[in-house]
Amino acid sequence: MAAAEKRLPVAKTYKIFIGGKFPRTESGRYFALEDHKGAVIANMCRGSRKDFRNSVVAARQAQSGWAAASAYLHGQILYRIAEILEGRKAQFVEELMLQGNALRASEREVEESIDRLIYYAGWADKYQQLFSAVNPVSSSHFNFSVLEPTGVVSIIAPNDSGLIGLVSNIASVIVGGNTCIVLASEEQPLCAVSFAEVLQASDVPSGVVNILTGFRSELTEQFASHMDVNAIVYCDGGKKAARTIQTLAADNIKRVIPRQRVNWMLSKSASPYEIRDTQEVKTTWHPIGT
Amino acid sequence: MAIPENKLAFDGGWDYAPAPESTDHIVVKKRYGLFINGDFRAPEKGRYFDTLNPANEEKLSRVAMASQADVDKAVKAARKAYTGPWSRMKAKERGKYIFRIARMIQERAREFAVIESLDGGKPIRESRDVDVPLAAAHFFYYAGWADKLEYAFPGRKAKALGVAGQVIPWNFPLLMASWKIAPALACGNTVVLKPAETTPLTALKLAEVIADAGLPDGVVNIVTGAGDTGAAIVTHPGVDKVAFTGSTNVGRIIQKALAGTNKKYTLELGGKAANIIFADAAIDQAVEGIVNGIFFNQGHVCCAGSRLLVQESVADEVIEKLKDRMETLIVGDPLDKNTDIGAINSHMQLEKIESYLKIGQSEGGEMHQSSCSVPKSGYWCRPTIFTGVSQSSRVVQEEIFGPVLAIQTFRTYDEALTKANNTPYGLSGGVWTDKGSKIFKMTQGIRAGVIWANTFNKFDPTSPFGGYKESGMGREGGLHGLGAYVKLEA
Repeated sequence: MAAAEKRLPVAKTYKIFIGGKFPRTESGRYFALEDHKGAVIANMCRGSRKDFRNSVVAARQAQSGWAAASAYLHGQILYRIAEILEGRKAQFVEELMLQGNALRASEREVEESIDRLIYYAGWADKYQQLFSAVNPVSSSHFNFSVLEPTGVVSIIAPNDSGLIGLVSNIASVIVGGNTCIVLASEEQPLCAVSFAEVLQASDVPSGVVNILTGFRSELTEQFASHMDVNAIVYCDGGKKAARTIQTLAADNIKRVIPRQRVNWMLSKSASPYEIRDTQEVKTTWHPIGT
Repeated sequence: MAIPENKLAFDGGWDYAPAPESTDHIVVKKRYGLFINGDFRAPEKGRYFDTLNPANEEKLSRVAMASQADVDKAVKAARKAYTGPWSRMKAKERGKYIFRIARMIQERAREFAVIESLDGGKPIRESRDVDVPLAAAHFFYYAGWADKLEYAFPGRKAKALGVAGQVIPWNFPLLMASWKIAPALACGNTVVLKPAETTPLTALKLAEVIADAGLPDGVVNIVTGAGDTGAAIVTHPGVDKVAFTGSTNVGRIIQKALAGTNKKYTLELGGKAANIIFADAAIDQAVEGIVNGIFFNQGHVCCAGSRLLVQESVADEVIEKLKDRMETLIVGDPLDKNTDIGAINSHMQLEKIESYLKIGQSEGGEMHQSSCSVPKSGYWCRPTIFTGVSQSSRVVQEEIFGPVLAIQTFRTYDEALTKANNTPYGLSGGVWTDKGSKIFKMTQGIRAGVIWANTFNKFDPTSPFGGYKESGMGREGGLHGLGAYVKLEA
């Protein structure tokens, strides 16, 4: 009778995150995520090229508004993401463990992810001061250079980490006013979907972050080639993938930012230089006169 | 010419006497070899090509055509100089060499200016007052950075990359060479540079300066040639960093060619800048800005203001004043100090510009050219404007790289911004208005790397230059220009 008394838990349907909504992949396809014993944990959406294109539309639509938001607001929203993630810590630890991580390692990864968000939240209204300049030109002009977001960024998140790599890459891209489309870790995709739920609860405007699950082998080309994407951040992957990404990125002179074999748990893996990777320098001249 | 009563007689009967710059102090050798490992040498395959004066189609000199084997030698020399003296030298000493180059360019400024105008066709007034002084200033600016890099990148150590392969265009030959070489050397790299096929002479003169300045052999190598030579440099496995200025098409090819390598690259590519005139602008100044924006250097400027967006209420007035002003522009001998618009750089470029004049008309645009005379020999194009063109017109969308302006109108700032940004390019832009808040609204909204407000086509070594979107990546000039030539370590 004991079995009959045990409450049946409600399993979550893991979906993708586009334009602030949680649709299933338009392709209707899935891939089974299994634990180390081969039991199915979840049927993940096998995101398609069309899902990616829809995400780019959402990201582009959101970009100018997000870029126009104040640095203070960017900082507060990143802080808010950290707050919500802190409250859901147990859920993320559980998911990381389900995907084969040890308890202590999972706890540390979630804690570091929360701290990473706080770290970048703090940079929101400071990196500009670090990297901008007033330039002492010889002619009678006032001349200054500031950073502006590159625009829409596609991110291929690292495979070997379920949360910290994802969070680090998203935070450094959006804190500077970019919007993004992220391909979650293929091996550990659960936290990415749950992180989307955190984002949705954190006043992040719809479309600023879009998250797909699926196969790198299938989606890499689309992430690299799309003509309305301004930059691609890709983590790991072999030499062949790097060549493919860089070749396709050239079609619209995309900025290509490789992040190879980074230990995302280390604090040195986060810096304002990561923010600067997806920023453009704009220089403005004006005459000084009467 | 009959002048209507209500117009100022800008050209009312005045004829300017010729005022040619003297060339008798200029030494151009009959033939130039390749500058590799500190001296000039004959190319391996013994091939040379002519470089012409585009103002009269006469041959100025013969210049070596570098083959793969020559590029190999240049890269080897640069590598040896890098691992040898250059990376071991104290940074302040490195800086002093670069200061020397700056000073020697200043000393030989007039010679450089005259040769630049002879070889490239640009008016002597521009080569004398813009190109050459800026080139010297660029070396002077970056020289000072050599021993101060630790202050440029807070929290990081800046390390040299190694050998930089650099390919530059024909529109600002000496200036582009200095934009490329000065920061590369300041950051401790060595250089293999290829000047453009049609304008190799000032880079070769710069090689003389570099030799005279006593830089260690191989720190700067200058190899002349055409596209194949450039490709050999860009794809050479011994090159650690590629810097290219030129068309977006070639930039795309280079970015693809570098895929899968670990080479760092910066690309400074094409543009189709919008120059936006609001009704509240100082109209006469704006007209000068339009002229400077599109007719400076014959319009052979990647950041040229080649699209005019003028607010509807003042469009007729602006266009009329612009046409008047165009009538006063003197097209002709680049060496004449009165010349405003010199020769088109090459026959090939003239053909390209002329093809766009046909395209613009066949697409329904109304073409207007100034009535000035042009010399019989050489390559010339009168200042040209198109009205009645649409956003999809090719003369609005594509980079012509000549003295050809496409004019459109707008009503609201939103419309102006939408039109300005409706291009794959994003190099530069211009805004003319007397209202400060509107300047900031527009300069923030234009997706481009350099914005001129109530001015246009200004350059300075301290001022970063480079594009958004398909106009390239990376910056040249200023503190930000250092980033292209270092790797950062924690």
